[in-house]
Amino acid sequence: MKIVVCIKRVPDSETRVKIATDGKSLDEAGVKFVMNPYDEFAVEEALRRKEKAGAGEVVIVALGLAAAQETIRTALAMGADRGVLLQTDKVPADSFETARLIAAELKTGTWDLILFGRMAIDDYNHQVGVLVAELLGLPCVSAVSHLDLDGSKGVAEREIEGGIEVVEFPLPAVLTVDKGLNEPRYPALKGIMAAKKKPLEVKAVQAGAGAIEVAALTPPPERKEGRIVGEGAGAVPELIRVLREEAKVL
Amino acid sequence: MSKVLAVLEQRDGTLRKVSFEVVTAAGRLGSAVDAVVCSSNAPEGCATAVAERARSGGYRAVVFAATATGRDLAPRVAAKLGVAVAADVTDLAIEGDAIVATRPVYAGKATQKVRVLGKPGVVSVRPNVFTPNAQASQVKPETLSVSSPGRVVVREVKPAPAGTVDVAEAQIIISGGRGLKDPANFKVLEELAKAFGGRAAVGASRAVVDAGWRAHADQVGQTGKTVSPSLYIAVGISGAIQHLAGMRTSKVIVAINKDKDAPIFKVADYGVVGDLFEIVPKLTEEIRKLHG
Repeated sequence: MKIVVCIKRVPDSETRVKIATDGKSLDEAGVKFVMNPYDEFAVEEALRRKEKAGAGEVVIVALGLAAAQETIRTALAMGADRGVLLQTDKVPADSFETARLIAAELKTGTWDLILFGRMAIDDYNHQVGVLVAELLGLPCVSAVSHLDLDGSKGVAEREIEGGIEVVEFPLPAVLTVDKGLNEPRYPALKGIMAAKKKPLEVKAVQAGAGAIEVAALTPPPERKEGRIVGEGAGAVPELIRVLREEAKVL
Repeated sequence: MSKVLAVLEQRDGTLRKVSFEVVTAAGRLGSAVDAVVCSSNAPEGCATAVAERARSGGYRAVVFAATATGRDLAPRVAAKLGVAVAADVTDLAIEGDAIVATRPVYAGKATQKVRVLGKPGVVSVRPNVFTPNAQASQVKPETLSVSSPGRVVVREVKPAPAGTVDVAEAQIIISGGRGLKDPANFKVLEELAKAFGGRAAVGASRAVVDAGWRAHADQVGQTGKTVSPSLYIAVGISGAIQHLAGMRTSKVIVAINKDKDAPIFKVADYGVVGDLFEIVPKLTEEIRKLHG
């Protein structure tokens, strides 16, 4: 199986957000960057599929700054075979631009499966995988939490509000994956050493301005300071009272 | 007068609540709102039908719900129109020639304002944010017929067990964390949820989902669901930053925790310090009285 996994370098989920002086972006000083957690499920799934098939290749593609090489190396340390960085000096705010550049790269190969995380935990756009599928004219299932593949077709489960959708699709296909699909492995020391020697190609790309531009990034509205209404079960009547009379939610 | 297309969702022939929110949000962007709904849940067929209508109707904007279905459909349609989606929007306005969309990023640790310059602009709105107006409740959507379903076929929808409310849509969420001590103890939260009479869902922190105590579908936080219920009750949750990110836009937050210094009390409107196994059953009893 030839599988490509598209990943993104994002600030760790424990990051405290500070706004940069331009008022539009994150102040990256002191921020720890990691592979987008949803992308880890995609990498893991690709490795398992290849291992099960007994042959094939897992290729990692990332669009981003030069520093995203590090993120690709993490995927290589998990066991992927090679990586491609589409290097830009600025990650586009417009997901269509991101998708266009990734789709152009993917067109240079043939794939059985193209995997993405269902969303990135920084920009919350949850769309690049679906856009790429459309641009490549491939079938797509988003937010996959269970996957069965059988020859040239697959069955995926995806969570919807109040239930689970069971979806059938032909291969090749683009899938965006959700937590719950698998348990991603940690790179072993041997993998980390091996990753240093694996091929990682860097290609400079130029993103267009796009049709979505960031006007401002601000801290979220502060919550009004709350108060402790009491201790133990004895405080429950007072809690009920404030919820009814002050907050008016009961 | 600019026209806006509102793409609604229905299940079993009934419009879903979020659909009225979509109509309301669409009304912010133009004086005339056309509402449509697909005749089938086939994602490719529905996307083709909506994109054709968006193109032929000369719309200024196309508005979706940022639900599991809408998050799948919106980018399919947007790609066909050659634009991106301004996703998960919590506020919308027109400034000059541009649509200005407000959206939480970094799971709500910051708010981004974007100018949507595409024609049409494609937007998805976060559920539970836009309060439906009177016009919205009168909406009679046109059904777009899906001529060919496409390659991706929905074979079946397995409904969640009867009586459970989805965390993403619930008006009231009662979430549990490590303080529950054992997966079986979530029963006390389920009892409380039941006391609210079918409006409440049981959520979970990442720690207990990662421990396998609760399903991922229930997880609230940066790698789970970002929610905005009217009432969020955090039980035995210390309040890691990634959890706070996922629930800080709740209208009212209550925290129940034995540690009075737990960070959860910093974002809670009302806190009760003490043993959750005494406090929650008492709360359940009182809520039952109110609804009895």
